[in-house]
Amino acid sequence: MKLTLVTGLTGLLLLGTIVELLRRRQLREKYGMLWLAVLIIVIPLSLFPRLLDNVAELLGVASGVSLVLFLGIVFLLLVCVHLSWEVSALEEETRTLAEDFALLRAQIDADRAARDELVSTDG
Amino acid sequence: MVNGKRTLIIIPALNESGSIADVVGEVRGELPGVDVLVVDDGSTDRTAAVAAAAGALVAKLPYNLGVGGAMRLGYRYARDNGYEVAIQIDADGQHDPRYVPKLVDLLDDNDLVIGARFAGEGDYNVRGPRRWAMVMLSAVLSRVARTKLTDTTSGFRAANRRVIEMFAAWYPAEYLGDTVETLVHTARRGYRIRQVPVAMRKRMAGTPSHSPAKAMVYLGRAFAVLTLALIRR
Ligand SMILES: Nc1nc2c(ncn2[C@@H]2O[C@H](COP(=O)(O)OP(=O)(O)O)[C@@H](O)[C@H]2O)c(=O)[nH]1
Ligand SMILES: [Mg+2]
Repeated sequence: MKLTLVTGLTGLLLLGTIVELLRRRQLREKYGMLWLAVLIIVIPLSLFPRLLDNVAELLGVASGVSLVLFLGIVFLLLVCVHLSWEVSALEEETRTLAEDFALLRAQIDADRAARDELVSTDG
Repeated sequence: MVNGKRTLIIIPALNESGSIADVVGEVRGELPGVDVLVVDDGSTDRTAAVAAAAGALVAKLPYNLGVGGAMRLGYRYARDNGYEVAIQIDADGQHDPRYVPKLVDLLDDNDLVIGARFAGEGDYNVRGPRRWAMVMLSAVLSRVARTKLTDTTSGFRAANRRVIEMFAAWYPAEYLGDTVETLVHTARRGYRIRQVPVAMRKRMAGTPSHSPAKAMVYLGRAFAVLTLALIRR
């Protein structure tokens, strides 16, 4: 009973945090939706940890709780992979930005040099 | 100038080299004295070059930011260069620039004017989940904006100086954020929104960004985005 209280409260606290972050626009829609979906699955499980016992038996897992732990770890791994993927995309984008910036600077320097040349030959 | 107001036409474009020249040409022909800014959002075809040749000013983004990202760039340009009116038009030729003066007229008493199909003019039909999504969005957003809105995802919009300044500082790049969320945000801040019936034409070339198969997903996402927009501040 105590355990249910602890896990249930943790779930609700997480839900509150995510909703508030979304409300303040600190979390982009795509990530917010992901975490909300997770919590919608996790909160009933934290209140009734035995919910998955039947499914666990079907899969040959001793108890529903271990099944939840296993699925949780798999899910967290997937999230890590996804975040690495996002970071890779971001690195590619900053690289493109840096190149664009350097090209612009080179262009401006070349234009300025050409202008200075004109001025010195005129004067 | 449209009705004596300095006007900027902002055209977000992604791979629209087949239609962009005609669209820019038509806008400049119908609306002499307006400036046209095409925001090329990382196109892989010749959109930017074709638009520039047609006489538009072209801002080329280094990679795709989505319609919302392109539009914030457009509104920043409008703000920094002192435009009184900024109008968003699609690059595919679906919006008829002859409606622009009508939109600008209504800006006298409103802050944001939307050119809407299904409002009596033209013959543009949508069915299935996409239709249900539109009905849901219209019902909720009409209530939030306290005015009748029938085509909330329309990309044909006119904004006055106050809204230009707001959009230049804040414009979501998220999916559907550029239409649904901006409407909620604008209405919540007390700006007046109005729609004008316009006839929409078929796109001139290229492919639309959504396929019928994605209609159901669209409905779900529209619902999520709307809920989020409503709880956000
Ligand atoms: N900047 C930018 N424009 C886009 C993007 N996707 C579509 N567009 C433009 O947005 C407009 C509307 O797109 P369209 O596919 O016709 O959508 P629909 O009219 O709602 O069916 C067109 O001018 C497109 O070129 C994008 O990722 N970035
Ligand atoms: Mg279109």
